[in-house]
Amino acid sequence: MTETPEPQAEPSATGSTYAARDHARAQEAAATATERAWIPATAHPDTPAGIDPEALLWAETVGAGGYAHQVIAPGTMVELTDLDGDACVHLALAWAGTPWERLCVPDTLKVQWNAYLGQGSLLLSDQGRALASLVLDESGRHDAFCGAPTAAQHEERYGDGTPWGPTPAARELLKLAAAKHDLTARDLPQTIALFKGLKADAEGRLHWLGGAGPGRRVRLLAEAPLLVMLANTPHPLDPREAYTATPVRVLAWRERPTAPGDARWDATPEGRRALANTAARIGAAA
Amino acid sequence: MTAAHEHLVGPRGPWSGLVAAGQTLRITDLEGNQAVDFLLFDAADTTLRYSAQNTIAAAGALFLTTGSVLRDVEHRPLATVTADNCGRHDTIGGACSKESNTLRYGHQTWAQHACVENFLHEGAKWGLGKRDMTGNINWFMNVPVEDDGCLGIVDGISAPGLEVALRAERDVIALISNCPQINNPCNAFNPTSIRVTVTAPIEDSQASSRVES
Repeated sequence: MTETPEPQAEPSATGSTYAARDHARAQEAAATATERAWIPATAHPDTPAGIDPEALLWAETVGAGGYAHQVIAPGTMVELTDLDGDACVHLALAWAGTPWERLCVPDTLKVQWNAYLGQGSLLLSDQGRALASLVLDESGRHDAFCGAPTAAQHEERYGDGTPWGPTPAARELLKLAAAKHDLTARDLPQTIALFKGLKADAEGRLHWLGGAGPGRRVRLLAEAPLLVMLANTPHPLDPREAYTATPVRVLAWRERPTAPGDARWDATPEGRRALANTAARIGAAA
Repeated sequence: MTAAHEHLVGPRGPWSGLVAAGQTLRITDLEGNQAVDFLLFDAADTTLRYSAQNTIAAAGALFLTTGSVLRDVEHRPLATVTADNCGRHDTIGGACSKESNTLRYGHQTWAQHACVENFLHEGAKWGLGKRDMTGNINWFMNVPVEDDGCLGIVDGISAPGLEVALRAERDVIALISNCPQINNPCNAFNPTSIRVTVTAPIEDSQASSRVES
């Protein structure tokens, strides 16, 4: 009998600290993931027409069940693109540094005499100030009534709502975003949903409109220093049985806040006073 | 017999109280068309506050009336509307504030009292602060949404003596602002008193006799 030699084991790619380091360092160049952040943002492969690629400050594609958060300066333009037509962006805003001033959905609707957000809408804080202006809206399908779905809703709908499961719920993700700014569930305001719309009838019943198709963009201009928190998960009233969500692209660059003399400043008396209140706070603290 | 505790809440003022699971909280619009701004918190964990958005999403409808389940931020029931002879109530319009008054009516309103002042004043008794404020219910307030989305507070549909009643589904803190707004018709331009009544369930007071019989 001839002895069969033991097969020579391939050395493990991560069997030593040196090999593990090489293995880790080789990953970036080989990466193909498209749902990711680009840092610096100027490394993002494409830029909106008319925007200097060197001006990008934030570039991130948030996949289904993902979330993002960023602190941005007044005058930052944030562009959200529903790349494949089934994004639903649950958005929370707070005044950076004093997050107890935050998006106030009831005031946003009531003050502007409109239940539906669209081009020209302001997103208002609970302190009577404009946090952001919706300066471009190619979607027209948004919802301020229903808020971010909870783990309990997702457990009932899809069987799971945890951040680590297959069907994360927006509120769970927003709690994580908040936690990274030392904030808790108490600090999460009511949210708005972008790219998925509803319509109320005269009796107040809500009717599903869905999205507006792939490639639609929304641009939000920061009128104040903002903490932006967003989660990309299905709308709570999306009637489709499956957890249906597709990536949203976030790009941001610097412009300037709305100022007296701009058409937006004087578009409505309520908006003028909201923008003036924001400018007054920033001016008093400057 | 049921143990009832009645509270008269004067014009422009706040009220708060603990409503135990199973108890009924009744709000009476004594003189008609008086908006009552209202928040609920789980008494054992006040981070579990009322969520207008979860309440609306679960119902698929904007207005509150008999049968409406008032849900918390995690979607669980805080209370259920068990009686309502007004017809419908608002939960998208939020509370008036000194700050939002400046937007809606101009900075000349800055000195006026407002619901958020009441919520903050009264909420402090329970350890509640600015971070705990959220979109509330406006009992007896009429906020239609037109076909084109135009939304606003219009003349009320309430009348003297109309009432809404809620059953607490767990121990809750109810926070009320008897709305002082005088720049729109939510209080018919004349803030008036309301009555708040907390009643123990009939079943509880009869339970012992039923057990013995």
